[in-house]
Amino acid sequence: MLRVCLKGANSAARKCLCGNGVPLHPLQQCRSYTSGGSGSSAGKIVAASVLTVGGGVGGTILYANWDPKFRANVEKSIPYSDQVFGLALGPAAPPPVINKPRKVEPVQISSMSEMWKDSKQPKAKEVEKKAEQPDAEGPPAPAPQETLEEASAQVAQILSAIGEVPSVPAPGTHEAEAVPPPAALKGVPAAAAKCTECEHEPAVKERPEGEVAARLAEQDKAEQDLLTSLSSNLEDALGSTAKVTLQAIGAQEAALQAIAQHTRQLREAMEAEAPPDKKSTQWRVLEDALSERSRSVDEAGAAVLKAKAELDKLRGVIDGAKHLKIAAARPSILAAEENLHSMVVDLDSVVTRVQTAQSEAKIVSQYSELVNEAKAQFQKELNSITPEIQANWKGLRKLTQDDLNSLIAHAHRRIDQMNRELAEQRVREQIHIDSALEQQKLEDKKALEVAVSTALEHNREQMRLEQEKKVEETREVMEAEMRTQLRRQAAAHTDHLRDVLKVQEQELRSEAEEILNSSLMEKETEYRRLTQDQLDSFTLDMNAAYARLKGMEEAIDSHVIAEEEARKAHQLWLSVEALNYTLKTAALNDPTEPLEGAVQAIKESCAEDEFAQALATALPSESLSRGVYSEASLRARFYAIRQLARRVALIDETRNSLYQYFLSYLQAMLLFEKAQEAPPAKLSAEDLDTFKLLSYAAYSLEHGDLELAAKLVNQLKGESRRVAQDWLKEARLTLETKQVVSLLSAYANAVGLGTTMAP
Amino acid sequence: MSEKELGKKLDRCLADSAVKLGAGLGLGIVFSVVFFKRHTWPVAFGLGMGLGMAYTNCQNDLRAPYLIQRNIKVIAKRQ
Repeated sequence: MLRVCLKGANSAARKCLCGNGVPLHPLQQCRSYTSGGSGSSAGKIVAASVLTVGGGVGGTILYANWDPKFRANVEKSIPYSDQVFGLALGPAAPPPVINKPRKVEPVQISSMSEMWKDSKQPKAKEVEKKAEQPDAEGPPAPAPQETLEEASAQVAQILSAIGEVPSVPAPGTHEAEAVPPPAALKGVPAAAAKCTECEHEPAVKERPEGEVAARLAEQDKAEQDLLTSLSSNLEDALGSTAKVTLQAIGAQEAALQAIAQHTRQLREAMEAEAPPDKKSTQWRVLEDALSERSRSVDEAGAAVLKAKAELDKLRGVIDGAKHLKIAAARPSILAAEENLHSMVVDLDSVVTRVQTAQSEAKIVSQYSELVNEAKAQFQKELNSITPEIQANWKGLRKLTQDDLNSLIAHAHRRIDQMNRELAEQRVREQIHIDSALEQQKLEDKKALEVAVSTALEHNREQMRLEQEKKVEETREVMEAEMRTQLRRQAAAHTDHLRDVLKVQEQELRSEAEEILNSSLMEKETEYRRLTQDQLDSFTLDMNAAYARLKGMEEAIDSHVIAEEEARKAHQLWLSVEALNYTLKTAALNDPTEPLEGAVQAIKESCAEDEFAQALATALPSESLSRGVYSEASLRARFYAIRQLARRVALIDETRNSLYQYFLSYLQAMLLFEKAQEAPPAKLSAEDLDTFKLLSYAAYSLEHGDLELAAKLVNQLKGESRRVAQDWLKEARLTLETKQVVSLLSAYANAVGLGTTMAP
Repeated sequence: MSEKELGKKLDRCLADSAVKLGAGLGLGIVFSVVFFKRHTWPVAFGLGMGLGMAYTNCQNDLRAPYLIQRNIKVIAKRQ
């Protein structure tokens, strides 16, 4: 296009002489031509053309600078333009580099860091999990009683201490390790306490079997001794305690009696109004009774203390006996405990009785005191009113009227006062009664509590004693049962032994039988083997003779077959020769006769030969129906093709306008290449030029190599290829047919060779 | 034969161009005489048109193997 424009511009510049419009100088007329100012107008024309050309070139360069693709196009189409561009613009920029690998790396690094973080968390989780498991193991660990497990419990505690610390990566574990020592310290005392218990039991269990009987006997003897000593101790203690307790009870009873007597006498003294001398004796008796009472109470208290001490001692002895844990002593211990309990109960009851009597006595004494007071008061009043009558009531007769009146008045006044006091007293009575009731309630409550607690204690004791009795009974029952079971086990053992012996007898018997049988069998097999050997050798001889006979027969048969094969091979060879002959019937520029007949003959002659059949069918169908061209005709045709191909060398899919055809013709006219050139062993890129290819092909054709020529012609491109298409097809057909025919003849020759026998 | 094709095409071209040129010339003369007062330019115009058409026809003929055909398949809808 550019060339056209340039040409057009040039022609326009040239035509300007005729006066047709040149865009740069529209007003310029032909006048310059007619007036003869041709020099200046010519100069102007030259200047205009130069300007146009320069403008075109400059524009091209500028646009090439802006658009590299355009630059590349121009460099391709116009020769030496790349050098011009290089001078003007510098070398073309290389294509942009791909940046992708760089971007991938940062992503990878971030993913790596994520992976690392993730791996840390599972590690921490693992530690937690591990810690949780030993944590679960920790609580059940103290339950078993072996020292090993105790150690593992300690370890578990340490691990659990680590697990309790929040999950932190490696540096944190150092801190966690500092925490377990206090936890371990806590764990150790608990473990140590258990350890003593568990050490006690293994020591008992691990006695060796041989010493058991001796040990048992020793143990029994020791037990017996202990038992006797214990029982004697208990009896002594019981006896002494019983004595003392009885004494205490007796003392308490005496005290009770004394108190009761004293109270009775006091009451009598209060109520009875005996004459003074009897009164004094009464009072004296009362005093005696009082002293008696206090003495007996003291005695009783002392006796109770002694009894309590004895009871405590007895309790201590019983506890000691219990600690020794001898089974046989239990009933006596139980009995002693029961006695103790009953004594305690009696003592307590007697003490309570004494206390109630004492409280009663207190009431009565208070009452007596009050009465005495009242009497004293009355006496004092009476004395104050009638001072002269003091000692003697018998002097009543000497009293005057006034004295009597005053006495009566005083008596009346006294009665009034008494009434008033009574009324007052009644009022106060209620209050006093309430307060007294409350006090009594409190005291009652206290007494009740005390009584309840003592009763509870007694009950508890009772129940415990009953429980122990029951335990004792069940233990006896168990012992009896165990004895029966052991007896049964012994019986079972003897039975088992008997059975085992029987089984052994059976086994031994069967073994002996087996040995006998095996030896018998051996002898038999030996005999059989010998007979078999004899048979075998005879059979072998027979087989050998038979084989030789067979061999002879086979040899004869193979001879027959070989002759048959030879005949067939000969036939095949003949038919292949016929095919070859038909190939030679090609006239110049005409194809051969159709090869069908000869191929048919081949197929018939060697129907069993698969290879030949396959080859016969491999012939292209056109050669069968139409025949193939000879090499000479193809060679002749090639030269026409060559001319034509040269002429259309420039034409292909992109370049196929008429102008290109013209150019192509021009090129063919102007380009000279060697008529024949030897093709190289390897074709390089520049060898793929049409002219070169054609000269290579001509050379190979002249030297008889149709195959190479066809290959070279196959490398043509564009219109040249299209032009040579038919020739190529024909060449292919010819080559195929020739190849198959040569294969067939080679095969026929080989078969023929194979079947000929060496004389 | 494929090598004879080009020759055939060129023959057709020539024949065609001869016809077109003749026709163009004829028409040009006719138009020049009838409508345009015997100016030369319709003749030239006709000749040019004839030449152009011949040129294009020849080019298309020579290009024909290189044109990419689109195969339109008609699918009949079953009623």
